[in-house]
Amino acid sequence: MIPDVSQDNGLATYNFAYLDEQTKRMIRRAILKAIAIPGYQVPFASREMPMPYGWGTGGVQVTAAILGPDDVLKVIDQGADDTTNAVSIRAFFQKVANVAVTTRTVDATIIQTRHRIPEEKLSAGQVLVYQVPIPEPLRFLEPRETETRKMHALEEYGLMHVKLYEDIARNGHIATTYAYPVKVHRRYVMDPSPTPKFDNPKMHMSPALQLFGAGREKRIYAVPPFTDVVSLDFEDHPFAIQHFDKPCALCGADHVYLDEVILDDKGGRMFVCSDTDYCEDRRAHGHAGEMLAKEAAE
Amino acid sequence: MYVAVKGGEAAIANAHRLLADRRRGDRSLPAITIDQIVAQLALAVDRVMAEASLYDRELAALAIAQARGDMIEAIFILRAYRTTLPRLGTSEPLDTAAMQIERRISATYKDLPGGQLLGPTFDYTHRLLDPALLADAPVDEPLRRAADTGPVTRVSEILREEGLIEPDGELPPDHVTADLTREPLDFPMTRDLRLQALARGDEGFLLALGYSTQRGYGRTHPFAGEIRIGEVEVELDVPELGFAVSLGRIQVTECQMVNQFHGSAKAPPQFTRGYGLVFGQSERKAMAVALVDRALRAEELGEDIVAPAQDEEFVISHSDNVQATGFVEHLKLPHYVDFQAELDLVRRMRREFEEARRASINPEAPREAAE
Repeated sequence: MIPDVSQDNGLATYNFAYLDEQTKRMIRRAILKAIAIPGYQVPFASREMPMPYGWGTGGVQVTAAILGPDDVLKVIDQGADDTTNAVSIRAFFQKVANVAVTTRTVDATIIQTRHRIPEEKLSAGQVLVYQVPIPEPLRFLEPRETETRKMHALEEYGLMHVKLYEDIARNGHIATTYAYPVKVHRRYVMDPSPTPKFDNPKMHMSPALQLFGAGREKRIYAVPPFTDVVSLDFEDHPFAIQHFDKPCALCGADHVYLDEVILDDKGGRMFVCSDTDYCEDRRAHGHAGEMLAKEAAE
Repeated sequence: MYVAVKGGEAAIANAHRLLADRRRGDRSLPAITIDQIVAQLALAVDRVMAEASLYDRELAALAIAQARGDMIEAIFILRAYRTTLPRLGTSEPLDTAAMQIERRISATYKDLPGGQLLGPTFDYTHRLLDPALLADAPVDEPLRRAADTGPVTRVSEILREEGLIEPDGELPPDHVTADLTREPLDFPMTRDLRLQALARGDEGFLLALGYSTQRGYGRTHPFAGEIRIGEVEVELDVPELGFAVSLGRIQVTECQMVNQFHGSAKAPPQFTRGYGLVFGQSERKAMAVALVDRALRAEELGEDIVAPAQDEEFVISHSDNVQATGFVEHLKLPHYVDFQAELDLVRRMRREFEEARRASINPEAPREAAE
């Protein structure tokens, strides 16, 4: 359980949204710089948070820094509001900031996410906060920070194209299916965080502000509203997103990202929306997929 | 049935309730108190204080109890509290020569001013399990001697007088002490920042790296010039007063390694130093820090960088156990969206592989859709 931080027993007390105001100011300065230079990774003095590194401490710090008492917060992990870590982060902000929370994408002013972008088109005034494990798109090509910073400074991205080319030469495909690199505002190559490449096109010219926080790696970066975000590709191997053979088994949605759910040990499986809010909303509006229709018939 | 794959609020609440139960354990036994942990698990408390970078025995003991004795978890809990505290100022440099010494040994001199003082050490114990502890047998009071009040010259100073060891090193007069908890890390680092990172680094990781230098991976020919443990005064300069005031005393362990000498046609040969300073009584950690500090000075001293312990970015990026445990353990979190993307690609590539294989066996047959 999250200890009750509101009680002042003289031993340990915490500020609104956990972080002290000086820290929030420092993070907001980093965010402003990030917005001013789209796609550029701004170093910031990341704090230890009361959840482990790797659990979204970067996203939590960004959210804590921009959160006001009037905000409405939505937290998703793998597209779902009810995955354990999303539940835990939402509970954390309810506890330390007492803000309103929602699962509905349209009602949220701030959406913190891990691994997905909601299917519902975001609108102006909304902020999407991504949790980022490794902010450096070049990290697995060059492990040294001193080198990768130089490569960004010189716009030296040949290595990335060679990597994508080698994928094609070896596999016939670009073998990157998530955390697919993008170029932001025709300048910086950026890691979109481990979202499936299915979500990449949603980043392009989005009316919402997109903020990325990497706590352990101490980096913040941003894509301002209406910014050019292009997935890297080749003329003869253009970027393409995943397509599923079947619609969602529950709501019948097409052109959405699906989770594969194993039903039994005989190979039975179904595909359902990874975005639970989107799926529920569609079902509430009378849409029914194959599985739901079958259950209704039984 | 679909709902079963999701976590949910009730599951988390129940898991935490079970955790609290397991932490408390058998209710017929008295709960362990914070005072008992501070008094009887003092070295565990010291490690938590050191790696959490917060000198507070009660809070460290509370963290240990809350973490069921998991040290890294306890360090994490204490760090997450520390990080919310305001920064009031920067203390004056500690004067470890003025330390109230409880233990002080040198491996480089048989005897020296101030003497060798073993103090409370495991060093010459035989590691035989002691059944007397089970019966809580009475323990003798320690022998006491009159306290030495004067400062005890550090071994590095003795060598310094002859010019045999390099000086402490100077920082520019306008240098502001770095603070890795307030500024993002940037490589290459200044030595003060590096020592800070090492002081809170994982004891096991630094121990292994220090050990690796002894086994030839970045050899530095170390001698334990001096190890001292005791209490030092922490002073804060108050601008309104115009002088430094004492905030209290803390226990620290300091290790000065005397290493491989250096010299050139211009400079006479001199021993070099590795330095370690850690909260509480933690000799193993202080020694490991001193070994790794010296190894990391390779670039400054013009040595070839050939071993992991000499590589600053490698060592400092991976020495923090709170970061390391977080990222390793986050693999437990759901990754099914990304895994789905990989599944999709592998299935597609296998389909293409099968098609190509069939086409090569029977080039005339019409292409079938893969199953």
